[in-house]
Amino acid sequence: MDSAKEGSLAVSKIKCGTVIDHINAGKALLVLRILGIKPGCSERVLIAMNVPSKKMGKKDIVKVEGKYIGEKELDRIALISPNATINLIDEYEVSEKRRVELPSTVEGILTCPNKNCITNSKEPIKSKFHIRRSGESVRAVCHYCGRKIYELDKYVV
Amino acid sequence: MRFKHLISIDDLSRDDVEYILNLAEKFLRIAKGEERATPLEGKLLANLFFEPSTRTRMSFEVAMKRLGGEVINMTAQEASSVAKGETLADTIKVVSKYADVIVLRHPLEGAARFAAEHSDVPVINAGDGAGQHPTQTLLDLYTIKKESNLKGLKIALMGDLKYSRTVHSLIKALTLFNAKIYLISPPSLALPEEFLEEVRSMTDVEEVNLEDVIRDIDVLYVTRIQKERFPDEEEYFKVAGSYKVDAEILKKAKKNMIVMHPLPRVDEIDVSVDETHYAKYFQQTFYGVPVRMAILYELLLEKFEI
Repeated sequence: MDSAKEGSLAVSKIKCGTVIDHINAGKALLVLRILGIKPGCSERVLIAMNVPSKKMGKKDIVKVEGKYIGEKELDRIALISPNATINLIDEYEVSEKRRVELPSTVEGILTCPNKNCITNSKEPIKSKFHIRRSGESVRAVCHYCGRKIYELDKYVV
Repeated sequence: MRFKHLISIDDLSRDDVEYILNLAEKFLRIAKGEERATPLEGKLLANLFFEPSTRTRMSFEVAMKRLGGEVINMTAQEASSVAKGETLADTIKVVSKYADVIVLRHPLEGAARFAAEHSDVPVINAGDGAGQHPTQTLLDLYTIKKESNLKGLKIALMGDLKYSRTVHSLIKALTLFNAKIYLISPPSLALPEEFLEEVRSMTDVEEVNLEDVIRDIDVLYVTRIQKERFPDEEEYFKVAGSYKVDAEILKKAKKNMIVMHPLPRVDEIDVSVDETHYAKYFQQTFYGVPVRMAILYELLLEKFEI
Protein backbone atom coordinates (compact mmCIF):
# COMPACT_ATOMS: atom_id res chain seq x y z
CA MET A 1 0.00 0.00 0.00
CA ASP A 2 1.61 3.22 -1.07
CA SER A 3 0.44 5.22 1.93
CA ALA A 4 2.11 2.77 4.28
CA LYS A 5 5.32 2.92 2.27
CA GLU A 6 5.33 6.68 2.06
CA GLY A 7 4.45 7.12 5.70
CA SER A 8 6.52 4.31 7.17
CA LEU A 9 9.59 6.44 7.75
CA ALA A 10 7.71 8.88 9.87
CA VAL A 11 5.02 6.96 11.74
CA SER A 12 4.58 3.47 13.11
CA LYS A 13 1.48 1.26 13.15
CA ILE A 14 -1.26 1.58 15.72
CA LYS A 15 -3.13 -1.24 17.44
CA CYS A 16 -6.71 0.10 17.45
CA GLY A 17 -8.01 3.43 16.26
CA THR A 18 -8.15 5.63 13.19
CA VAL A 19 -5.66 6.47 10.47
CA ILE A 20 -6.48 9.53 8.39
CA ASP A 21 -4.37 9.57 5.25
CA HIS A 22 -4.12 11.89 2.25
CA ILE A 23 -4.78 14.96 4.32
CA ASN A 24 -3.86 18.11 2.40
CA ALA A 25 -0.28 19.02 3.31
CA GLY A 26 -0.05 21.22 6.36
CA LYS A 27 -3.60 20.56 7.60
CA ALA A 28 -2.83 17.80 10.15
CA LEU A 29 -3.01 20.11 13.13
CA LEU A 30 -6.42 21.31 11.98
CA VAL A 31 -7.55 17.69 11.74
CA LEU A 32 -6.43 17.18 15.33
CA ARG A 33 -8.47 20.17 16.36
CA ILE A 34 -11.50 18.75 14.57
CA LEU A 35 -10.99 15.46 16.40
CA GLY A 36 -10.96 17.37 19.67
CA ILE A 37 -7.37 16.47 20.46
CA LYS A 38 -5.92 19.29 22.50
CA PRO A 39 -2.67 19.87 24.38
CA GLY A 40 -2.75 17.79 27.56
CA CYS A 41 -4.92 15.06 26.03
CA SER A 42 -4.35 11.41 26.90
CA GLU A 43 -4.74 9.87 23.42
CA ARG A 44 -1.70 8.42 21.73
CA VAL A 45 -1.35 10.41 18.50
CA LEU A 46 1.08 10.13 15.61
CA ILE A 47 1.39 12.89 13.08
CA ALA A 48 3.29 13.07 9.83
CA MET A 49 3.39 16.34 7.99
CA ASN A 50 4.55 17.13 4.46
CA VAL A 51 5.53 13.55 3.67
CA PRO A 52 5.94 12.70 -0.03
CA SER A 53 2.89 11.38 -1.85
CA LYS A 54 2.62 10.12 -5.41
CA LYS A 55 -0.92 11.37 -5.79
CA MET A 56 -0.68 14.65 -3.92
CA GLY A 57 2.99 15.64 -4.03
CA LYS A 58 2.97 16.24 -0.28
CA LYS A 59 0.47 15.11 2.30
CA ASP A 60 -0.17 14.80 6.03
CA ILE A 61 -1.13 11.68 7.98
CA VAL A 62 -2.73 11.45 11.42
CA LYS A 63 -3.04 8.27 13.46
CA VAL A 64 -5.01 8.21 16.68
CA GLU A 65 -4.88 5.23 19.01
CA GLY A 66 -8.16 4.22 20.64
CA LYS A 67 -10.42 6.67 18.82
CA TYR A 68 -12.97 5.97 16.11
CA ILE A 69 -14.07 8.87 14.01
CA GLY A 70 -17.73 9.97 13.84
CA GLU A 71 -19.89 11.28 10.95
CA LYS A 72 -19.76 14.90 12.03
CA GLU A 73 -15.98 14.79 12.24
CA LEU A 74 -15.90 13.21 8.76
CA ASP A 75 -17.88 16.15 7.35
CA ARG A 76 -15.46 18.62 8.87
CA ILE A 77 -12.43 16.77 7.55
CA ALA A 78 -14.00 16.55 4.09
CA LEU A 79 -14.21 20.35 4.00
CA ILE A 80 -10.50 20.85 4.59
CA SER A 81 -9.24 17.72 2.79
CA PRO A 82 -11.74 16.35 0.26
CA ASN A 83 -9.31 13.57 -0.74
CA ALA A 84 -8.67 12.25 2.76
CA THR A 85 -9.04 8.51 3.36
CA ILE A 86 -10.01 7.02 6.70
CA ASN A 87 -8.83 3.61 7.84
CA LEU A 88 -10.28 2.15 11.00
CA ILE A 89 -7.71 -0.14 12.61
CA ASP A 90 -8.34 -3.18 14.77
CA GLU A 91 -5.45 -5.33 16.05
CA TYR A 92 -3.00 -3.65 13.66
CA GLU A 93 -5.17 -4.51 10.64
CA VAL A 94 -7.44 -2.25 8.59
CA SER A 95 -10.97 -3.24 9.59
CA GLU A 96 -12.76 -0.63 7.50
CA LYS A 97 -11.75 1.83 4.80
CA ARG A 98 -13.73 5.00 4.26
CA ARG A 99 -13.42 7.98 2.01
CA VAL A 100 -14.64 11.33 3.18
CA GLU A 101 -17.54 12.65 1.19
CA LEU A 102 -18.25 16.30 0.72
CA PRO A 103 -21.67 16.98 2.20
CA SER A 104 -24.02 19.14 0.11
CA THR A 105 -24.81 21.33 3.11
CA VAL A 106 -23.17 21.77 6.48
CA GLU A 107 -24.73 23.25 9.59
CA GLY A 108 -22.82 24.69 12.51
CA ILE A 109 -19.46 23.69 11.03
CA LEU A 110 -18.29 26.83 9.22
CA THR A 111 -18.55 30.42 10.44
CA CYS A 112 -19.55 33.12 7.99
CA PRO A 113 -16.79 35.70 7.46
CA ASN A 114 -19.42 38.37 6.77
CA LYS A 115 -19.66 40.24 10.07
CA ASN A 116 -22.99 41.65 8.94
CA CYS A 117 -24.49 38.19 8.38
CA ILE A 118 -27.44 37.23 10.57
CA THR A 119 -25.53 34.07 11.63
CA ASN A 120 -23.03 36.29 13.45
CA SER A 121 -25.74 38.01 15.52
CA LYS A 122 -27.25 37.14 18.88
CA GLU A 123 -30.16 35.38 17.17
CA PRO A 124 -30.79 31.70 17.91
CA ILE A 125 -29.28 30.51 14.64
CA LYS A 126 -26.79 27.94 13.38
CA SER A 127 -24.57 28.73 10.41
CA LYS A 128 -25.53 26.87 7.24
CA PHE A 129 -23.48 26.56 4.06
CA HIS A 130 -24.08 24.93 0.70
CA ILE A 131 -20.97 23.16 -0.56
CA ARG A 132 -20.05 23.32 -4.24
CA ARG A 133 -17.18 21.45 -5.83
CA SER A 134 -15.77 22.08 -9.26
CA GLY A 135 -12.75 19.89 -10.01
CA GLU A 136 -10.30 20.24 -7.15
CA SER A 137 -11.67 23.49 -5.81
CA VAL A 138 -14.32 23.54 -3.14
CA ARG A 139 -16.37 26.56 -2.15
CA ALA A 140 -19.08 27.13 0.39
CA VAL A 141 -21.98 29.55 0.03
CA CYS A 142 -23.72 30.96 3.11
CA HIS A 143 -27.38 29.94 3.08
CA TYR A 144 -28.39 33.23 4.67
CA CYS A 145 -26.24 36.02 3.22
CA GLY A 146 -24.86 34.32 0.11
CA ARG A 147 -21.21 35.00 0.98
CA LYS A 148 -18.87 32.60 -0.79
CA ILE A 149 -15.80 31.17 0.91
CA TYR A 150 -12.93 29.38 -0.77
CA GLU A 151 -10.35 28.73 1.96
CA LEU A 152 -12.72 26.64 4.00
CA ASP A 153 -10.16 25.58 6.60
CA LYS A 154 -9.98 29.17 7.87
CA TYR A 155 -13.64 29.03 8.84
CA VAL A 156 -14.07 25.56 10.31
CA VAL A 157 -15.40 25.93 13.86
CA MET B 1 -48.01 27.38 -4.79
CA ARG B 2 -45.20 29.18 -6.62
CA PHE B 3 -43.44 30.38 -3.50
CA LYS B 4 -44.27 30.84 0.14
CA HIS B 5 -42.02 33.81 0.82
CA LEU B 6 -40.16 36.34 -1.32
CA ILE B 7 -36.61 36.50 -0.04
CA SER B 8 -34.20 36.74 -2.98
CA ILE B 9 -34.46 37.20 -6.72
CA ASP B 10 -32.15 34.18 -6.97
CA ASP B 11 -35.02 31.98 -5.77
CA LEU B 12 -37.12 32.88 -8.82
CA SER B 13 -37.06 31.31 -12.27
CA ARG B 14 -37.72 33.29 -15.46
CA ASP B 15 -41.17 31.75 -15.45
CA ASP B 16 -41.83 33.01 -11.89
CA VAL B 17 -40.66 36.51 -12.83
CA GLU B 18 -42.85 36.63 -15.94
CA TYR B 19 -45.79 35.38 -13.91
CA ILE B 20 -45.42 38.25 -11.41
CA LEU B 21 -44.94 40.86 -14.14
CA ASN B 22 -48.08 39.65 -15.94
CA LEU B 23 -50.04 39.71 -12.70
CA ALA B 24 -48.78 43.26 -12.00
CA GLU B 25 -50.18 44.31 -15.36
CA LYS B 26 -53.65 43.24 -14.23
CA PHE B 27 -53.36 45.47 -11.16
CA LEU B 28 -52.10 48.56 -12.96
CA ARG B 29 -55.42 50.41 -13.16
CA ILE B 30 -56.20 49.62 -9.52
CA ALA B 31 -52.72 50.87 -8.55
CA LYS B 32 -53.49 54.16 -10.29
CA GLY B 33 -56.82 54.44 -8.48
CA GLU B 34 -58.75 54.24 -11.76
CA GLU B 35 -60.52 51.06 -10.72
CA ARG B 36 -61.45 49.66 -7.36
CA ALA B 37 -61.13 46.08 -6.17
CA THR B 38 -60.78 44.66 -2.69
CA PRO B 39 -59.54 41.07 -2.96
CA LEU B 40 -57.36 41.48 0.13
CA GLU B 41 -60.15 42.81 2.36
CA GLY B 42 -59.74 41.46 5.87
CA LYS B 43 -56.03 40.77 5.35
CA LEU B 44 -53.43 42.53 7.45
CA LEU B 45 -49.88 43.44 6.45
CA ALA B 46 -47.21 44.13 9.09
CA ASN B 47 -44.43 46.46 7.99
CA LEU B 48 -41.40 45.69 10.18
CA PHE B 49 -38.74 48.25 9.38
CA PHE B 50 -35.59 47.97 11.48
CA GLU B 51 -34.01 50.56 9.19
CA PRO B 52 -35.68 53.69 7.89
CA SER B 53 -37.06 53.55 4.35
CA THR B 54 -40.06 55.73 3.76
CA ARG B 55 -40.31 55.00 0.04
CA THR B 56 -40.43 51.20 0.17
CA ARG B 57 -42.63 51.16 3.26
CA MET B 58 -45.15 53.55 1.72
CA SER B 59 -45.20 51.63 -1.53
CA PHE B 60 -46.14 48.41 0.28
CA GLU B 61 -48.73 50.30 2.29
CA VAL B 62 -50.30 51.75 -0.85
CA ALA B 63 -50.28 48.36 -2.60
CA MET B 64 -52.00 46.67 0.36
CA LYS B 65 -54.59 49.42 0.85
CA ARG B 66 -55.44 49.70 -2.84
CA LEU B 67 -56.37 46.00 -2.69
CA GLY B 68 -58.60 46.53 0.33
CA GLY B 69 -56.16 45.23 2.95
CA GLU B 70 -54.96 46.91 6.10
CA VAL B 71 -51.50 47.76 7.40
CA ILE B 72 -49.79 47.95 10.77
CA ASN B 73 -46.37 49.59 11.00
CA MET B 74 -43.39 49.14 13.22
CA THR B 75 -41.06 52.01 12.45
CA ALA B 76 -37.27 51.97 12.75
CA GLN B 77 -37.48 53.85 16.04
CA GLU B 78 -39.92 51.39 17.60
CA ALA B 79 -37.99 48.49 16.14
CA SER B 80 -34.76 49.62 17.74
CA SER B 81 -36.35 49.62 21.17
CA VAL B 82 -37.78 46.16 20.52
CA ALA B 83 -34.40 44.97 19.30
CA LYS B 84 -32.82 45.87 22.62
CA GLY B 85 -34.73 43.27 24.51
CA GLU B 86 -35.91 40.77 21.95
CA THR B 87 -34.45 38.63 19.21
CA LEU B 88 -35.71 38.98 15.65
CA ALA B 89 -36.84 35.36 15.87
CA ASP B 90 -39.16 36.21 18.78
CA THR B 91 -40.45 39.41 17.14
CA ILE B 92 -41.32 37.45 14.01
CA LYS B 93 -43.05 34.68 15.98
CA VAL B 94 -45.21 37.28 17.74
CA VAL B 95 -46.02 39.41 14.69
CA SER B 96 -46.79 36.39 12.51
CA LYS B 97 -49.61 35.63 14.93
CA TYR B 98 -51.08 39.12 14.36
CA ALA B 99 -50.65 39.63 10.65
CA ASP B 100 -51.25 37.73 7.41
CA VAL B 101 -48.02 38.85 5.76
CA ILE B 102 -44.80 40.44 7.02
CA VAL B 103 -42.69 42.95 5.12
CA LEU B 104 -39.23 43.12 6.65
CA ARG B 105 -36.34 45.50 6.28
CA HIS B 106 -33.38 44.70 8.50
CA PRO B 107 -29.73 45.83 8.66
CA LEU B 108 -28.32 42.28 8.79
CA GLU B 109 -27.81 40.23 5.63
CA GLY B 110 -29.81 37.03 5.61
CA ALA B 111 -32.31 38.40 8.15
CA ALA B 112 -35.29 37.83 5.85
CA ARG B 113 -34.41 34.20 5.14
CA PHE B 114 -33.98 33.64 8.85
CA ALA B 115 -37.26 35.42 9.62
CA ALA B 116 -39.08 33.19 7.12
CA GLU B 117 -37.92 30.15 9.09
CA HIS B 118 -39.65 31.52 12.17
CA SER B 119 -42.81 32.85 10.57
CA ASP B 120 -46.21 31.19 10.17
CA VAL B 121 -47.09 33.70 7.44
CA PRO B 122 -45.34 34.81 4.23
CA VAL B 123 -42.30 37.07 4.64
CA ILE B 124 -41.34 39.61 1.98
CA ASN B 125 -37.79 40.88 2.02
CA ALA B 126 -37.76 44.67 1.69
CA GLY B 127 -33.97 44.85 1.97
CA ASP B 128 -31.55 43.07 4.27
CA GLY B 129 -28.39 45.15 4.76
CA ALA B 130 -26.26 45.01 1.62
CA GLY B 131 -28.06 41.80 0.67
CA GLN B 132 -31.25 41.37 -1.29
CA HIS B 133 -34.15 43.64 -2.22
CA PRO B 134 -36.17 41.51 -4.65
CA THR B 135 -39.20 43.78 -5.05
CA GLN B 136 -36.89 46.54 -6.33
CA THR B 137 -35.55 44.18 -8.98
CA LEU B 138 -39.04 43.08 -9.98
CA LEU B 139 -40.23 46.67 -10.33
CA ASP B 140 -37.13 47.45 -12.41
CA LEU B 141 -37.98 44.56 -14.73
CA TYR B 142 -41.61 45.64 -14.92
CA THR B 143 -40.51 49.17 -15.86
CA ILE B 144 -38.32 47.78 -18.67
CA LYS B 145 -41.18 45.60 -19.86
CA LYS B 146 -43.63 48.51 -19.85
CA GLU B 147 -41.47 51.32 -21.13
CA SER B 148 -39.04 49.38 -23.31
CA ASN B 149 -38.80 45.65 -24.06
CA LEU B 150 -37.33 42.73 -22.13
CA LYS B 151 -36.81 40.80 -25.36
CA GLY B 152 -33.52 41.48 -27.12
CA LEU B 153 -32.74 44.14 -24.52
CA LYS B 154 -29.53 46.18 -24.60
CA ILE B 155 -29.03 47.86 -21.25
CA ALA B 156 -26.22 49.97 -19.80
CA LEU B 157 -25.73 50.04 -16.02
CA MET B 158 -23.84 53.11 -14.86
CA GLY B 159 -22.43 54.30 -11.54
CA ASP B 160 -21.48 52.28 -8.48
CA LEU B 161 -21.41 48.73 -9.78
CA LYS B 162 -19.25 47.48 -6.94
CA TYR B 163 -21.40 48.00 -3.87
CA SER B 164 -24.89 48.58 -5.25
CA ARG B 165 -27.14 45.66 -4.31
CA THR B 166 -29.77 47.01 -6.70
CA VAL B 167 -27.36 46.60 -9.59
CA HIS B 168 -26.21 43.12 -8.56
CA SER B 169 -29.76 41.78 -8.22
CA LEU B 170 -30.83 43.41 -11.48
CA ILE B 171 -27.89 41.93 -13.39
CA LYS B 172 -28.75 38.45 -12.12
CA ALA B 173 -32.35 38.88 -13.17
CA LEU B 174 -31.33 40.26 -16.59
CA THR B 175 -29.31 37.12 -17.26
CA LEU B 176 -32.63 35.22 -17.13
CA PHE B 177 -33.70 37.27 -20.15
CA ASN B 178 -30.38 37.01 -22.04
CA ALA B 179 -30.01 40.77 -22.09
CA LYS B 180 -26.91 42.38 -23.54
CA ILE B 181 -25.37 44.19 -20.58
CA TYR B 182 -22.97 47.15 -20.76
CA LEU B 183 -21.17 48.20 -17.60
CA ILE B 184 -20.08 51.81 -17.09
CA SER B 185 -18.22 52.77 -13.91
CA PRO B 186 -15.01 54.27 -12.58
CA PRO B 187 -12.41 51.49 -12.12
CA SER B 188 -12.64 51.74 -8.33
CA LEU B 189 -16.38 51.02 -8.47
CA ALA B 190 -16.35 48.32 -11.16
CA LEU B 191 -18.34 45.13 -10.82
CA PRO B 192 -16.36 42.67 -8.65
CA GLU B 193 -14.27 40.39 -10.89
CA GLU B 194 -15.74 37.17 -9.55
CA PHE B 195 -19.27 38.39 -10.15
CA LEU B 196 -18.35 39.59 -13.64
CA GLU B 197 -17.02 36.12 -14.51
CA GLU B 198 -20.21 34.52 -13.26
CA VAL B 199 -22.33 36.89 -15.40
CA ARG B 200 -20.08 36.31 -18.44
CA SER B 201 -20.87 32.62 -18.29
CA MET B 202 -24.60 33.42 -18.51
CA THR B 203 -25.00 36.36 -20.87
CA ASP B 204 -23.22 38.87 -23.07
CA VAL B 205 -21.57 41.53 -20.89
CA GLU B 206 -19.03 44.25 -21.68
CA GLU B 207 -17.28 47.07 -19.81
CA VAL B 208 -17.58 50.27 -21.86
CA ASN B 209 -17.83 54.09 -21.83
CA LEU B 210 -21.22 55.74 -22.15
CA GLU B 211 -20.14 57.56 -25.33
CA ASP B 212 -19.46 54.21 -27.04
CA VAL B 213 -22.92 52.78 -26.49
CA ILE B 214 -25.35 55.67 -26.06
CA ARG B 215 -26.59 55.38 -29.67
CA ASP B 216 -27.24 51.69 -29.33
CA ILE B 217 -28.84 51.03 -25.94
CA ASP B 218 -32.51 50.64 -25.05
CA VAL B 219 -32.13 51.39 -21.33
CA LEU B 220 -29.66 53.49 -19.33
CA TYR B 221 -29.85 52.46 -15.68
CA VAL B 222 -28.07 54.99 -13.46
CA THR B 223 -27.17 54.45 -9.80
CA ARG B 224 -25.89 56.76 -7.13
CA ILE B 225 -22.17 57.07 -6.52
CA GLN B 226 -21.85 57.39 -2.77
CA LYS B 227 -19.43 59.92 -1.38
CA GLU B 228 -18.51 57.71 1.56
CA ARG B 229 -16.97 55.15 -0.81
CA PHE B 230 -14.09 57.53 -1.56
CA PRO B 231 -11.10 58.28 0.66
CA ASP B 232 -11.15 62.00 -0.19
CA GLU B 233 -13.71 64.48 -1.49
CA GLU B 234 -11.64 65.63 -4.45
CA GLU B 235 -11.52 62.12 -5.84
CA TYR B 236 -15.27 61.82 -5.38
CA PHE B 237 -16.05 65.02 -7.26
CA LYS B 238 -13.71 64.03 -10.09
CA VAL B 239 -15.42 60.66 -10.52
CA ALA B 240 -18.99 61.76 -9.84
CA GLY B 241 -18.69 64.59 -12.37
CA SER B 242 -17.78 62.22 -15.19
CA TYR B 243 -20.67 59.86 -14.48
CA LYS B 244 -23.42 62.37 -14.84
CA VAL B 245 -26.25 62.16 -17.35
CA ASP B 246 -27.64 65.38 -18.82
CA ALA B 247 -29.97 66.32 -21.65
CA GLU B 248 -26.94 67.01 -23.88
CA ILE B 249 -25.61 63.46 -23.96
CA LEU B 250 -29.12 62.09 -24.44
CA LYS B 251 -29.35 63.88 -27.81
CA LYS B 252 -27.24 61.02 -29.18
CA ALA B 253 -29.58 58.35 -27.82
CA LYS B 254 -32.23 56.37 -29.68
CA LYS B 255 -35.63 58.08 -29.57
CA ASN B 256 -37.21 55.32 -27.51
CA MET B 257 -34.29 54.89 -25.10
CA ILE B 258 -35.27 55.21 -21.42
CA VAL B 259 -33.35 56.42 -18.35
CA MET B 260 -33.96 54.60 -15.07
CA HIS B 261 -32.71 55.18 -11.51
CA PRO B 262 -33.69 53.41 -8.24
CA LEU B 263 -33.85 56.82 -6.46
CA PRO B 264 -33.05 58.75 -4.40
CA ARG B 265 -30.64 60.47 -6.78
CA VAL B 266 -28.05 63.01 -5.78
CA ASP B 267 -26.80 64.71 -8.92
CA GLU B 268 -25.95 61.82 -11.24
CA ILE B 269 -28.99 62.68 -13.35
CA ASP B 270 -29.27 66.37 -14.12
CA VAL B 271 -32.73 67.87 -13.56
CA SER B 272 -32.67 68.88 -17.25
CA VAL B 273 -33.33 65.20 -18.02
CA ASP B 274 -36.56 65.19 -15.99
CA GLU B 275 -38.47 67.06 -18.65
CA THR B 276 -37.34 64.82 -21.52
CA HIS B 277 -39.29 61.79 -22.68
CA TYR B 278 -36.30 59.62 -21.73
CA ALA B 279 -36.87 60.08 -17.99
CA LYS B 280 -38.76 57.12 -16.54
CA TYR B 281 -37.43 57.07 -12.96
CA PHE B 282 -40.51 58.55 -11.33
CA GLN B 283 -42.72 56.20 -13.30
CA GLN B 284 -40.37 53.38 -12.22
CA THR B 285 -41.00 54.19 -8.55
CA PHE B 286 -44.74 54.13 -9.14
CA TYR B 287 -44.50 50.71 -10.83
CA GLY B 288 -43.43 49.42 -7.43
CA VAL B 289 -47.12 49.58 -6.47
CA PRO B 290 -48.64 47.17 -9.06
CA VAL B 291 -45.63 44.86 -8.68
CA ARG B 292 -46.04 44.73 -4.90
CA MET B 293 -49.79 44.26 -5.35
CA ALA B 294 -49.06 41.22 -7.52
CA ILE B 295 -46.69 39.79 -4.91
CA LEU B 296 -49.12 40.37 -2.04
CA TYR B 297 -51.98 38.89 -4.01
CA GLU B 298 -49.92 35.85 -4.94
CA LEU B 299 -48.67 35.24 -1.40
CA LEU B 300 -51.99 35.88 0.32
CA LEU B 301 -54.57 34.43 -2.03
CA GLU B 302 -52.92 32.13 -4.50
CA LYS B 303 -50.87 30.19 -2.05
CA PHE B 304 -53.06 27.12 -2.00
CA GLU B 305 -53.18 26.80 -5.77
CA ILE B 306 -50.72 25.05 -8.00
